[in-house]
Parts: sequence; C-alpha cells; structure tokens
Amino acid sequence: MSAFKEALLDPVFNNNPVALQILGICSALAVTSNLNTTIVMCIALTTVVAFSNLFIAMVRNYLPNSIRIIAQMIIIASLVILVDQVLKAFAFEISKQLSVFVGLIITNCIVMGRAEAFAMKNPPLPSFLDGIGNGLGYSVVLLTVGTVRELFGAGSLFGVEVLPVAANGGWYVPNGLMLLPPSAFFLIGFFIWALRTWKKNQVEEREFKLAPQMSNTHQEAS
Amino acid sequence: MSDKDSLKNTIVVSLLLCVVCSVVVSSAAVLLKPRQDTNKEFSRNRDVLAAAGLYDPALHDANYVVERFKSFKVRLVDIETGEYLSDDKARELGINPANYDQRKASKTAGLSQPLSPQDDIAGIKRQARYATVYVLEEGGKIDRVVLPVHGYGLWSTLYGFLAVKGDGDTVLGLTFYEHGETPGLGGEVDNPVWKAQWPGKRLFADGDKVAIHVMKKGQANPDSPYQIDGLAGSTLTTVGVDNLIKFWVGSHGFEPYLKKLQAGEA
Repeated sequence: MSAFKEALLDPVFNNNPVALQILGICSALAVTSNLNTTIVMCIALTTVVAFSNLFIAMVRNYLPNSIRIIAQMIIIASLVILVDQVLKAFAFEISKQLSVFVGLIITNCIVMGRAEAFAMKNPPLPSFLDGIGNGLGYSVVLLTVGTVRELFGAGSLFGVEVLPVAANGGWYVPNGLMLLPPSAFFLIGFFIWALRTWKKNQVEEREFKLAPQMSNTHQEAS
Repeated sequence: MSDKDSLKNTIVVSLLLCVVCSVVVSSAAVLLKPRQDTNKEFSRNRDVLAAAGLYDPALHDANYVVERFKSFKVRLVDIETGEYLSDDKARELGINPANYDQRKASKTAGLSQPLSPQDDIAGIKRQARYATVYVLEEGGKIDRVVLPVHGYGLWSTLYGFLAVKGDGDTVLGLTFYEHGETPGLGGEVDNPVWKAQWPGKRLFADGDKVAIHVMKKGQANPDSPYQIDGLAGSTLTTVGVDNLIKFWVGSHGFEPYLKKLQAGEA
C-alpha cells in the first residue's frame, strides 16, 4: 500500500520531474501564459503519462530489446493523437489555443523518461500510479507558474479579471514580461530555489570547488 | 529470454502493436470527425456574427448563433471583378459556397495566384481567386456583409472577419478568430476595448481612396473617421493589422466588391 502511495506522491515534491529532473521545461514555458490552457495541458499530459506507463508496463515482458524505444514511441504517439482528437471534439476553443503543444507531448521528455525508467521495470498498476504522480508533479509546477504569469501579466485568473487593469480603467499596469516565455524560466528557477530550501536533500553536490583567486601580483609575475 | 529477442518475436510484436495502435487512432478520428466539424462550423458562424456586431457572449447562447446565422447568405465573390460567382461557374470549378475552404484554395494552383512582393503588403504570398462572403439582407436590401481577411503580424498570420455595412464603406467591426500573437501585447487585438474603436469608421475617403489605417498607439485622433489607435507595446502587430486591412480593402482585395456595394449593384 505504501509503495503505491509513494509511486503516486513522491514525484510531486520529492522527485519532481520538472524541478528535480529538469524535464519538460519546453512546454512549461509555452503553455503557462494563462491558466485555462495550463490546466488543460496538465490534464492532457497526466493522462498521456499515466496510460503510456500502463500500456508499456503491460507489454514490457514481450517487447524485444532492440525495438523497445520505437515501440514506446508508437504507444505514446497514439495516445497523444487520441487526446488531441478528443480535445478537438469536446474542448474546441482550448484546443485551438494549445495548437501544436498537445502534439508536442510526444516529445515531452517526462513521458519517455518514465516509460524507460519506470514502466519497463514495474507491473502495470504501480506504473500507472507513477504516471499520475509525475503528471501531478508537472502540474504543480505549471499551475504555480501559470498563476503568477496570468495574475501579474494580465491581471486575471482563468480569464476573470482579478486586478483591475489600467487599459480597462483600473489601476493595475500589467507586466508584459510575465507573458513572454523568458519569465517562465525565472519563475521555474524561483520554484526550484524554494523547493530546495524546503527540502535540503535535493541540493546537488558541487561538481567542483572554485580554487582561491590568485593575487594580481602573482598573475603578473607569471 | 532469448525467445523475446528473436527475429520472429520482434516482427510479430511490432506488427501487432502497429495494428492495434492504428485501429485505435483511426477509429477515434473517424468517430469524432462529425463532432469536430460541427465545432469548427459553429465557431466560424459565431465569429461571423461577432464581427457583424450581432453576438455578445454575455447575452447569447449556442442556439442563438445557429438561428441567427441562418439569416446570412453564404456566397462566393470573384476577388478580381467583385462579382458573385454563379452556381454554374462554381460547379464547373468544383467548389461549393457551403464548404469552400478559402485557406486551402489559396494553396491550390487553379484556385489561387501568387502575389508580387510589392502588392503583397499583408505578407500572405498567395491569394485565393474567390472569397467567401457572408451577406445579410434585410427588406430586399443588403444590410451588412462580413468579409474574411488575413495577414501577417509579428509571429503569425492573423485570420479574421471584417464586417461592413451595406453601403460598402462603414465598418461594423473587426474580429480575429485565429492568431499567434504575444498574449497581453499583440494578443490584445482580441481586447473588446480595442475592438470597440472599429464600428463606425469609414474605409474610403470620398468613397474612393482607401483611407482607413491603424496608427501607432496614442497618435490617432478618435474623432477622425479613418484613424484607429494601435496597440500599446506591439508595434509590429499593429503594423500587421494596418497592412492587412489596407490590402483587403484595397484593389487586390475586396475594393471591386465594395465599390459594387456602394453603387448598389452587388
């Protein structure tokens, strides 16, 4: 039981795919400028990771080693197309806004990463939970970034105006930088910083130590 | 274990996997297609109504869109002459006003032509020979027309509708239904406050020269019938909108058709 719980909850803060494994950054920059697209992207990615993990774990004992990566890709790509088609049929407006990014879930490193690292070695149920857990970990980061970006960049949350914007006669002048992709980089950086201050064991060991600076006179002499 | 990695097993597994996946994907595509097409059509009809100033998301629901759009006639216009395409001619060309896809046509050799760089101010490269127009008649007279427009902004091609009164001159509204401009900056072309500037503006000075233009933010005189204030912080999107309006109202765009409307001949 606790192993299941661990598979589900560990990736949220202890082993977060974005903050600790630094995967899936690309889509985190692209879809977080407003919360509506962010949340749909989170649901889409969580669904894809969970089910790709499930199906890959189910066939893992039959997959020949030589074609395992391409076989994983077939399963992942099929799931992504499925999600894309469903979005186009049932959430047309949002699928228009997400445009290519749903399709790009295929290349999201989290999906392949979990397939290769977890689902190929574990039974279906824990793999499925691991997929949901990693989807949640991704979602936590994206929703945090999306909230900050939409609130300060457009003065709204889920498209509803929270801070009265100056252009519509309010007092808040939106910070345009927040809506541009670089701001997501800074925000993910802050998120990682906060997480590692809270969970000190995630701080990576230094790969090297800076040698003490040589004095100027010494350098000139050499 | 060696059995799993054998050549036979590799082929069997990959074949099975491909067949299962392709069945799943193609059946999803086929089953969901009607629903997706309904969505596409509904969203287009709603955008047409919105441009024509007949749709307010706060007041109107989906039924209203379906019912109201029925009063519009969907027709094809020959861009060059400004005349409606007769049913016979359309049949000859193998196109049908109800499902004509102008975007696809602009990439089809027989239905489109390339634009020379000096004419192509909107940056669209190729232009379809025929355009879908949505005509609303009231009491036997043309009340309003909705014209499809598109052109390049900063990052993307903006696709939208320009609605004009039956006099072929007075603007009723401009709405973009698809673009990839920066949210909050160029993306503010969707902002209702900005769009509210358009209704009532005039396209032609003295009914002749194209006069409408979008200016740099803060330079437009709100009382001028031809000037539209640009968007703050998005010079290039503003220039793009300016160019695409000038192009589509101009002689390579709908000018011949609009002139016909002005003369009451359309």
